[in-house]
Amino acid sequence: MPIQVLMPALSPTMEKGNLSKWLKKEGETIKSGDVIAEIETDKATMEVEATDEGTLGKILIPEGTADVAVNTPIATILADGESAADLAKAPAPAQQQKAAESAAPAAAKTEAPAPKAAPAPQAVAEPDPEVPAGTEMVTQTIREALRDAMAEEMRRDADVFVMGEEVAEYQGAYKVTQGLLQEFGAKRVIDTPITEHGFAGIGVGAAMSGLKPIVEFMTFNFAMQAIDQIINSAAKTLYMSGGQMGCSIVFRGPNGAASRVAAQHSQDYSSWYSNVPGLKVVAPFSAADYKGLLKAAIRDPNPVIFLENEMLYGHTGEVPKLDDFVIPIGKARIVRSGSHVTIISWSNGMSYALKAADELAKDGIEAEVIDLRTLRPMDTETIVNSVKKTGRAVTVEEGWAQSGVGAEIAARIMENAFDYLDAPVARVSGKDVPMPYAANLEKLALPSAAEVVEAAKAVCYR
Amino acid sequence: MAAPKKAAASTAQDKTDGGSPPEFTKEQELKALRDMLLIRRFEEKAGQLYGMGAIGGFCHLYIGQEAVVVGMQMALKPGDQVITGYRDHGHMLATGMEANGVMAELTGRRGGYSKGKGGSMHMFSKEKHFYGGHGIVGAQVSLGTGLAFANHYRDNDNVSVTYFGDGAANQGQVYESFNMAELWKLPVIYVIENNRYAMGTSVSRASAQQDFSKRGASFNIPGQQVDGMDVRAVKAAGDEAAAWCRAGKGPFILEMQTYRYRGHSMSDPAKYRTREEVEKVRHDQDPIEQVRNRLLAAKVSEQDLKAIDAEVRDIVNASADLAQHDPEPDAAELWTDIYR
Repeated sequence: MPIQVLMPALSPTMEKGNLSKWLKKEGETIKSGDVIAEIETDKATMEVEATDEGTLGKILIPEGTADVAVNTPIATILADGESAADLAKAPAPAQQQKAAESAAPAAAKTEAPAPKAAPAPQAVAEPDPEVPAGTEMVTQTIREALRDAMAEEMRRDADVFVMGEEVAEYQGAYKVTQGLLQEFGAKRVIDTPITEHGFAGIGVGAAMSGLKPIVEFMTFNFAMQAIDQIINSAAKTLYMSGGQMGCSIVFRGPNGAASRVAAQHSQDYSSWYSNVPGLKVVAPFSAADYKGLLKAAIRDPNPVIFLENEMLYGHTGEVPKLDDFVIPIGKARIVRSGSHVTIISWSNGMSYALKAADELAKDGIEAEVIDLRTLRPMDTETIVNSVKKTGRAVTVEEGWAQSGVGAEIAARIMENAFDYLDAPVARVSGKDVPMPYAANLEKLALPSAAEVVEAAKAVCYR
Repeated sequence: MAAPKKAAASTAQDKTDGGSPPEFTKEQELKALRDMLLIRRFEEKAGQLYGMGAIGGFCHLYIGQEAVVVGMQMALKPGDQVITGYRDHGHMLATGMEANGVMAELTGRRGGYSKGKGGSMHMFSKEKHFYGGHGIVGAQVSLGTGLAFANHYRDNDNVSVTYFGDGAANQGQVYESFNMAELWKLPVIYVIENNRYAMGTSVSRASAQQDFSKRGASFNIPGQQVDGMDVRAVKAAGDEAAAWCRAGKGPFILEMQTYRYRGHSMSDPAKYRTREEVEKVRHDQDPIEQVRNRLLAAKVSEQDLKAIDAEVRDIVNASADLAQHDPEPDAAELWTDIYR
């Protein structure tokens, strides 16, 4: 029976890709291991190797086709003695489990899984106060917004440079630094060895002497190797030097859970860094905020922890087309107004918050959703003003609840708006377990929109 | 990027302790004596003030090691940066930082270099290119490498002198830094002050490779062992290392064989070595006595040397006086200098 070649998943989270090129023609003989096609994901172009032998019977998806879903049949391979007439016998794709059974990526060294399509940012109800009315908007992925922010700041200030693992020649493990090497050269876009503690310290030393490094961690999980330099050297030196010696530096990279990468690669460090005076901590959600806040972080004279989210890199959003779009650090944003309950979140937590707000609206509960954007300094005023209006609050975070940012928000609400509360503040958080690998368990470990809905209804006594 | 330079590395190592170092001029000898005496007297006074309770917390004295920083400083040019660990008073004085500001910091007063907020281990001077004063053992090695990175980035011909001890030499980030420094040819002199004890642990109990000049061997970084008790030998080695760095050849390691007379910190009972061992080094190798004896042999009068001692004592006494009478920082300082 002819074998179907399916669109392969080139990472655990890929859902679609572009079939950029066929390297074999119909009728050509195929041996196991032959590269038969090239597929482009949003991260990289990868070669597809045949895992079966025979003759390429029919190409089902022509080259140049974009957005081919994983598991779509892309070709059929005929075994010895089979002919085109047998093509009809090929099994229906729905019965096949995984594309990887018939085709596997040649470059198995995908060091970092591609983002899976998480729920896209919801329509924003409230206009962004940072953007003048009538501003032209461009649609960009968050990945592109980050790259543009760095490129613009590097054009503006020769003291700004980027260093980290795979940031230059590889174009970024997550393609965030794509094109920077070509524009700025190897002096300012610097590939480091795998040596987080060392290059974090070198970055801090360079910053003490007045340069403005952007230190990329492939993920913040690896920054635990470097956290001594971040906290003891970067965050504390200004104070310990009586204001003489500061450190203008950005530590950035993906933080928190990605998808199916288990406990050591899935931790959310929001509460760790936001605990430390001397650091600023930024964790945006929308593409525009990613851009405007990264530009602000690079210009900031203090060390800034810029927490990105891998799940969001491929998301698109509207980014203002302005020559210099900078969003001030330390300001939360009300992205949806409502009067019944305040939902406070940041980064990917906003995905759940916004989805929950849509659900709640169907039941007549109008949630006000605040995107904190910056965790330190925290915009207590925006939170408190909202809670004074709604009398109820729910916090949403992917990190653990104990000593978490939600706990801090709850404390601030209690300290500043206790008399306005009609119910105790509710926290929705990551479960109090190391992140499991199994898909079902991972889903259970993370917050969900349903949990946010439930918490919001609970504080509304509904 | 970097061609292996085995030949250069072995050349440098072959020069170890070969014969006596180049003579100093009389002016150089006098300067070395004065600068080393300042550190010695300052540290003795700091020890006294600690005993009186005027200095709190940790206080690590540099007595015995003075030739290292003074000799190295004589090899530097303006703009070269200095960074070190927690035993840092000597380094600060050698870079020209004022005794007043250092002593007032030790007592936690507002006239201290860090307004009283840093203490013994955390002082800085942008003006003198002194980048601390770091309390985490080994952290200054990556930071110092970063200072060299900045020199390289700016293409400015300056060198970062990054000091650390035989104890810090066993920290992982030291080797991460060595690797990148050589890979990128960064102008950094790693000065390993081997005073034989990491707190209470002797080198032989802590280090598989006790020749610290070879600690860069697997990165092709040349190294040299230096008599760190002879200020002339230190300066000569510093000159060579600085020339190497300024020529764009990358980092250089100098193992300074030195000795601290006092305990690791003020609270060190020093049970790990004998009194005789300390006395022998003090008697046979004292860096200050070496210079004094050479000056006397060169017919400089005892009186002239006493005048230097008197000048230094005045500076130190004045600093101690200030440090005890200067007000503590204003309470409002608690909340300043967290962000710029």
